[in-house]
Amino acid sequence: MHLSSNNGPVVELNEAELRSAGPAKERLVVVGNGMAGMKTVEELLAKAPGRFDVTVFGAEPHPNYNRIMLSPVLAGEKTFDQIVLNSREWYDANGITLLTGEPVEGIDRAAKTVVSQSGRVVPYDKLLIATGSMPFIIPVPGSTLPGVIGFRDLADVDAMLAAAAKGGRAVVIGGGLLGLEAANGLRVKGMDVTVVHLMPTLMERQLDPSAGMLLQRELERRGIEVLTGADTAEIVGDEWVSAVRLKDGRELPADIVVMAVGIRPNMALGKAAGLDCGRGIRVDDQMRTSDPSIYAVGECVEHRGVTWGLVAPLFEMAKVLAHDLAGGEGAAYTGSVTSTKLKVTGVDVFSAGDFSGGEGTEDIVFRDAARGVYKRLVLKDGKLLGAVLYGDTKDGAWYFSLLKDGADVSAERDTMIFGQGFGGADAGDPNAAIAALPDSAEICGCNGVCKGTIVKAITEKGLTSLDEVKAHTKASASCGGCSGTVERLLAVTLGDGFTAAPKVKPMCKCTHHTHDAVRAAIVEHGLKTMAEVFQAMEWTTPDGCASCRPALNYYLLCAWPGEYRDDYQSRYINERAHANIQKDGTYSVVPRMWGGLTNAAELRAIADVVDKFNIPTVKVTGGQRIDLFGVKKEDLPAVWADLNAAGMVSGHAYAKGLRTVKTCVGSEWCRFGTQDSTGLGVKLERMTWGTWTPHKVKLAVSGCPRNCAEATIKDLGVVCIDSGYELHVGGNGGLHVRACDLLVRVATEEEVLEYTGAFMQLYREEARYLERTAPWVERVGLDHIKAALVDDPERRRALNARFLFSQTFSQDDPWAERAAKGVDRHEFNLLAEVG
Amino acid sequence: MDSIITETVWTQVGSIDDIPVLGSRVVRTPGGDIALFRTAADEVFALEDACPHKQGPLSQGIVHGRRVTCPLHNWVIELATGEAVAPDEGRTGHVPVRVEGRSVSIALGEAKLSRGGCRKACGHV
Repeated sequence: MHLSSNNGPVVELNEAELRSAGPAKERLVVVGNGMAGMKTVEELLAKAPGRFDVTVFGAEPHPNYNRIMLSPVLAGEKTFDQIVLNSREWYDANGITLLTGEPVEGIDRAAKTVVSQSGRVVPYDKLLIATGSMPFIIPVPGSTLPGVIGFRDLADVDAMLAAAAKGGRAVVIGGGLLGLEAANGLRVKGMDVTVVHLMPTLMERQLDPSAGMLLQRELERRGIEVLTGADTAEIVGDEWVSAVRLKDGRELPADIVVMAVGIRPNMALGKAAGLDCGRGIRVDDQMRTSDPSIYAVGECVEHRGVTWGLVAPLFEMAKVLAHDLAGGEGAAYTGSVTSTKLKVTGVDVFSAGDFSGGEGTEDIVFRDAARGVYKRLVLKDGKLLGAVLYGDTKDGAWYFSLLKDGADVSAERDTMIFGQGFGGADAGDPNAAIAALPDSAEICGCNGVCKGTIVKAITEKGLTSLDEVKAHTKASASCGGCSGTVERLLAVTLGDGFTAAPKVKPMCKCTHHTHDAVRAAIVEHGLKTMAEVFQAMEWTTPDGCASCRPALNYYLLCAWPGEYRDDYQSRYINERAHANIQKDGTYSVVPRMWGGLTNAAELRAIADVVDKFNIPTVKVTGGQRIDLFGVKKEDLPAVWADLNAAGMVSGHAYAKGLRTVKTCVGSEWCRFGTQDSTGLGVKLERMTWGTWTPHKVKLAVSGCPRNCAEATIKDLGVVCIDSGYELHVGGNGGLHVRACDLLVRVATEEEVLEYTGAFMQLYREEARYLERTAPWVERVGLDHIKAALVDDPERRRALNARFLFSQTFSQDDPWAERAAKGVDRHEFNLLAEVG
Repeated sequence: MDSIITETVWTQVGSIDDIPVLGSRVVRTPGGDIALFRTAADEVFALEDACPHKQGPLSQGIVHGRRVTCPLHNWVIELATGEAVAPDEGRTGHVPVRVEGRSVSIALGEAKLSRGGCRKACGHV
């Protein structure tokens, strides 16, 4: 007999059995991988898991991200990674087919299929159109010139960031939410910015004139020029924009123009398919279009004559639709009451409801010029109709919930402008207002999460941090505007048990110390083993976790070369097995090819290995090496032995270390090559291979500025020029593409090698584990790196010397050790075979 | 007593010294691979060698405390029960283990295996 802690059924069917047992699943095709479409899918998975086979088409090349957070990305307050809502793994895990970079071109309603730009035809039972909206471009002369940018997707943000990197002047047309966020972002990035706005005051749809004036004054204080009542006549330029001309004749010089005057529902697909369309694709209260098999949600729809451009209504639509698709009844979308918040750090602006005034309404206004606070409440028949807050928005959630509920506020009328809890025993306690909210009060407008849901999750699941509340309830997981409220809710619910999130994150849950503090302590206190670190830094776990142990292993290895003994069990499987684990549990191996060079003997040996071990896939990598896929783990030592026999060693394609040095042919063969880029690449690879670094490192050498080796998106890239070599650093060709910064120009190969060693060592000593050079350079700043490497030759030589010293311990081929010497043999053998 | 009591059949699979501390070794059985884990405190646990998420080989993960982190997508699994650590949900099969002296045995007949699929919230049936 045995005890099981599991309450679920003992007999499990696997995926194939379930599929064959049940009826065929309905096929749901979603066109649009944005917030509305994916919210629908998320809700649907929660309500009716496995009911649909879901295929999602996205026109953008990325997984689904939080579009409303593009402004903080532009301002440099967040990275793209931080605003990704669902990773590709999430789609995989939920069995969703995701097709990115693949716009849908047409719908065949009779055949019930969609066809994509690439010609892919996908049948559907239910189709969801969630194509969102497009920025409206005013059709003035010059509006199609290069340098005129909308503000809608990541590509727009990248275009703005690229322009901002060169400095210069930006003109933003449109003084609404998006325009002002763009203006602020470009200003933060160092551009001279002018906002051109047609109306007399800024954000006139959300703010009354008084608040609009206060906002204008604050933006001007930040160095943004604001022109109101300004009508654009023409955008001037030949091959690129050069200026914006206004109707009154003024001409504003511009290196870029951002057009943010509004959005237009993107209904082209629906219209072409013959669906009933107005200003958007027309839908009923269940989000059904005029074709009962086709639904639409989000900014592309017109519902009861209204189109929407804020996230909360889209999510409300998504919930109704998911309920309907899941087979539920009775849910209906009847329109939304919305609130808005400007995402400009340090400017608190909130507005909700209708504040245009009119017959029978009364205004309550509060001004405190010295504090820069302005509040206005609009009431009608004892109910709150609208609210505008500037400078002090902490009662926004309270006003919004009164407004949405249509609550009778007659009793509070006299004091409500001073905020919740005014005059009570708890006046002055910022948490009192939160404590007093009813459970039904909505805290997170984006995701529709109420106070009661959050408090329940905190108490029942023992949540103690904002991140945990986000993970469990989705509150604060979209625009983040309510994160302060959620933290106060944590404080109220947990009492003394809650401490607000520290500014810099600890390295993992085992410690409250940061990566930097731990690294510093290792060197300062001479901590030489992981156990000493756990002891000295008061780790809360006996042997760390899968996140801190690999980091500590690296930090110790870097601090004490030749002295620290590598901790095998603290390495990821890729580094333990010296090959890359793939999704099916097989491995891939990449033999090193110095500088990208190979020869007939090596190619023959590779071909023989492929035949001998039945290796299914052979692929050339982005770094000009050959990757052998689908090798069984137990075959690895034999595969390495054969490759070693042909003179090849491990390419470290699995390592947080030097991967490859990509090259072009340079002066040896190329008619443009200025230097021997291949030869230099070989020298660089010979010097740097085998090193352990915080993350993978890729180098490249291009023989001339045509840059065929793509050296300016590498961790370190060399571009050969007539007079010598340009060294570029901190580039990345990954998810968040970053072009290198120019570090220095040098005359000789010796200098290139010295700088490279010094740069590698600075990165090894200063970056946090799993931080690539691109975010590291952005975090510490190029000036910091120049100061260490360029301005201080002595320090550069010392860094290089430390790098070369550490290399004397690490340039052993791990394959040879395991193939010939039997190191770690247990890794590749079974413990036993039974039965 | 209503229940029928049968004798547990233990199969010897090796010595505890064959399993690295904070590491794992694999035992192949007709029903699939079983991963045996050894903690820093010399406890030994056995789980089906497949993460409830995407069937990643747990034997290849990093062992810490009485847990293992899957090498494919970093799910954390309790060695004693096979349960995924919250907020992830799911369970992988576990097998009773007996250590006598240095000798390690497992009770395959008692194994609670759950081939494939995660049962709860992820919707991946």
